Parts: sequence; structure tokens; C-alpha cells
Amino acid sequence: MSGFFNSPEFIEAIEIMKTQFPIALWETFYVTVVSTFFSVLIGLPLGILLVIGEKNSVAPLPKPFMAFLNWLINLLRSVPFLILMILVFPLTRFITGTTIGTVASIVPLVIASFPFVARLAESSFREIDPNLIEMAQSMGASPFQIVKKVIIPESIPSLISNITIALTTILGYSAMSGIIGGGGLGKIAINYGYYRYKYLIMFAAVIVLILLVQIFQSLGTALAIKLDKRIRKE
Amino acid sequence: MIEIKNLSKTFDTSQKVHALKDVSLSIADGDIFGIIGMSGAGKSTLVRCINLLEKPTSGQILIDGIDMTSLSEKELRKMRRKITMIFQNFNLLMQKNCLKNIMFPLELEKVDSKTAKKRALELLEIVGLKDKAKAYPSQLSGGQKQRVAIARALATNPEVLLCDEATSALDPSTTHSILQLIKQINEKLNITCIVITHQMNVIEEICKNVAILDNGEIVEQGSTSEIFADPKSDAAKKLVFPESVNDNIKPNFEDEHLLRVVFTNSETAVTPLIARMAKQENIEANIMGASTKTIDSKAFGFMLLGIRGDDEVLRRALDFLNSSQGVRAKEINK
Repeated sequence: MSGFFNSPEFIEAIEIMKTQFPIALWETFYVTVVSTFFSVLIGLPLGILLVIGEKNSVAPLPKPFMAFLNWLINLLRSVPFLILMILVFPLTRFITGTTIGTVASIVPLVIASFPFVARLAESSFREIDPNLIEMAQSMGASPFQIVKKVIIPESIPSLISNITIALTTILGYSAMSGIIGGGGLGKIAINYGYYRYKYLIMFAAVIVLILLVQIFQSLGTALAIKLDKRIRKE
Repeated sequence: MIEIKNLSKTFDTSQKVHALKDVSLSIADGDIFGIIGMSGAGKSTLVRCINLLEKPTSGQILIDGIDMTSLSEKELRKMRRKITMIFQNFNLLMQKNCLKNIMFPLELEKVDSKTAKKRALELLEIVGLKDKAKAYPSQLSGGQKQRVAIARALATNPEVLLCDEATSALDPSTTHSILQLIKQINEKLNITCIVITHQMNVIEEICKNVAILDNGEIVEQGSTSEIFADPKSDAAKKLVFPESVNDNIKPNFEDEHLLRVVFTNSETAVTPLIARMAKQENIEANIMGASTKTIDSKAFGFMLLGIRGDDEVLRRALDFLNSSQGVRAKEINK
């Protein structure tokens, strides 16, 4: 066993972890959080439209528009992420000026994730008791006020749970973006582990990713519970 | 003054459902008006047509002469602040505390938060929950939740309060206290209350006038005491004489009079009253049916008595019964 700890592979792995992991960890964290932020920024309003735009809902929208919106979201969700990354190269170059690197990987991540976030948000908003919306209408609330003062605030705990799911999924995608030059732990795992057969480093990167998912999920769940006033806390 | 004229509502589902058929009603300012019917009779549709949560298929809703069906969306929203509503399931915002819940309609009106908070605190005091300002709905009992909902409904100084099965989810004792609160609001703030219910005791306890809705139609309406004493339609009879009492109550003898005795918040216990009548007036009563209960040591409910004798005996019995506090007696036409 002491032979393993003294082996050149192990010493090299430790060296790489020391020099490259901190920055890779930061890149992964940064890409995941920024991509989630933009996905929520685009996905949340779409999720609202999907719910309130329906027939007999708060602000019915034209049927063809709703059909188009649903079709678009399904379409984006059905393209595999690796293919999508390559497909959006022109857009990525237009926005960031390049197609490689940490910042460039944010564009495909957002494109791939916002439809997912829109569906998650939709399911959160559908949990709202329709009687609450009727109550707001009976008090003279406008559709905008219903969204702002009833639908969103009442679904906050559920939204936080669902955004946590999005966050951990985007973390997984961000690791995949290592293939086309995205930075972070994914890149290290692929470059050393897959291309150069240094499995030790690959395992180490995967373990860090696992820890990261565990931390995100625990924090998200704790926050959702803390903010949910339906749960009695003594 | 609320006038409902020839109101009809048809739901265009796969089968046409005629929820309301040519309903006409007029409700005076300051009234507590009951609308009662079995489930599926169209009560909820009717009350939702008043504030246009349901759009009537035809007919008019006039509130102080303004036709609700002719208003624009914006005018309608403004009008709805004058006709507020409380619900069976309270419909409180679960993520907001009581104070914020009561401030909700004021926020919709863009009242500044300081004024809104002051008003909300006043209202909490009116409904007797001063110490619950910071509590969340999940920490309240059903009765307390309905009190918060009532405070919220009062925030915009409404002229009309619609109560949609407001006590149906509550136990008898809480029902009583909520009804008393509604009565108090009606008297002190002069707010017209429209009470939708399937419970006869709710009507008995607070409503001055009542309409009976059956299968989308008003089958009978009038003052509560009239309807109770002399129900004419089958639907009314069914409600007035619940299942525990034989449907076709008939006098057993030629000279037997049927009396309906209603106990509302009565200090007089039921059994001693009948015994006292026998002793003092020498009138024996045959109890043909009864549904009474005691809440907070007060009697509620009704009783059907058969009394034999001439008109003089009948008069003495009625006088005796009606002289007791909280007791109303009337002869039922055979």
C-alpha cells in the first residue's frame, strides 16, 4: 500500500490537484451559477406564460402562440446537449467573440437549460391553488398583480426546490462542456482521465463534482424548507 | 340595493349545463340575505355571477343601479373592491402572515404600506386576533383563518360581503362564533351580507331573508321566519324538515296543530321548556321531530310539536313559547 502512495502516478496526481483543482473548481462553480442565473431569467417568465396564457386562466393568450411556445421548448429540450453546443457555435461567437473557453460555454449551457427551467417553473406555478387566484380576482387584482403578488410569492419554496434541480443538472452539463474547450473540473477529468489515461485524476475530479452536487442540493433543500411558511417550525 | 334580473348561466361543456335559470332577486341594503340549496343547486355559480367571477349567459346584475355586466375590465376590478368575498376554504396566502394577508387588497389598490398596516391592525382587532399579526395561516385554527379572511374582506370598506359556504368547513361552535361576527359586521358597519350555504342552521341563526335555490331556480323566497314556518316548495320542505324528521308530517288527529319551534342562541333549555308548558299552561305537546344542539350552553335547532286543542289552546301555546328568550314558534299550515 505504501508503494501506491509513493508511486509517480500518485505524486503527479497530487501535484495536479494542488495546482489545477482550485481554479477548475472556481470555473465550474462560476459557470454553473451564471448559467443557472440566465436560465432562470429567461425560463421563469416563460414558465409564467405557459400557465397564465392557457384558456380560462389569468391572461389567456392566442392559441397559436401557446402552441408555438410549447413546441419551441420541447424542441430545444430534445436536442442532445453535446450536439446543441456545436449547433449554437455561431450564436456563441456572436455573443462572446469566441467558441472556446469558460465564458463561451455559458451560452450553450443557457440555451440548453432555459427550456428545462421553463418546464420546472411551469410545474411550480401549477401547484398554486386555483382558489387563491379566484380570491385575488374577487378583490380586483389585475393579471399582472396576480402574477406578482400571488403566483410567484406563493410558489417560492417550490421554485427554490426546482431551481436547485436545475442547478445540479447544469453542473453536470458544464462538466460535459469540457469537450469543446469549456473549463472547470469536467475539462480536467476529460483531458487527464480520458485522453491521457490518468484515471486517478479523473476519479478525484468526479469526487469533487459529487461533493459539489451534494452541497448545492442540501443548501437548496434547506432554503426551500426555511422559506416555506406552510411548514410549522417551533 | 342589489338586483338580479333574469339571470341565466349555461356552461358549454360537452353537455349543456343550465346552472342558473332565469333567477331574479332583490336584496336590500343592510340585509343579511341567505341563499340556500342542496349541493349542485347553483349557489356558488349565483354568488360568482354577482361579482362577475362567472360571466352570466344572460340577465343583469344591478348594484346600486350599475349594471355589472356592462362594465369594462378596469371598472369591474374597481367595483369588486366594494363587493368582497369570503370562502369555504378561507383562501389565505400561505406564505404571508396575517397582517400581510389583510394588507393584500390594500396593496392591490396601491395604498401606501404605512396606512395599509395601520388599517390591517385595526381590522385584526375587530375580528379579535390582535395578537396574531405575525402568525402565518398554518399556525391558525380554521375559525381563526376565517376571521383573518373576514378582516381581509373588510379592508377595502366594502358595501357588500359575499359569504360562500363560509362556515361549511368549521365545527358547530366555531360556526356560531363566525356567524355572530358576520352579524356584528352587518349591524355595526352596515354591510349587506349575502350568505350562501347548504346548512339550514346558518340561515336560522343570522339571515333576515332567504331564497331557496333548487336545480338552478329560485323556488321560494321571503323572510326567514315565514319560510320556516310555512315552507311551500318541496325543496324548502326538504331543507326545513331534514331527514331525521318524517317527510310527510301530518297531524295525527283532527284537532292537532303543528308547531315549529326554533331555538336560536336560546338560554332556555329545550326539555324544561316543554315540561314547563305542560305544567304552567296545562298543554301537552307531542314531539314529532327535533334537531337541537347545545353550543356554549345555549340551545340551537328546531322542534316540531303536535298540540291538540282549539284555537285558544294554540294561541296560549304560541304565546308561552314565544315569550321565552331566543325561541320562536309558529304554526305550520297543514
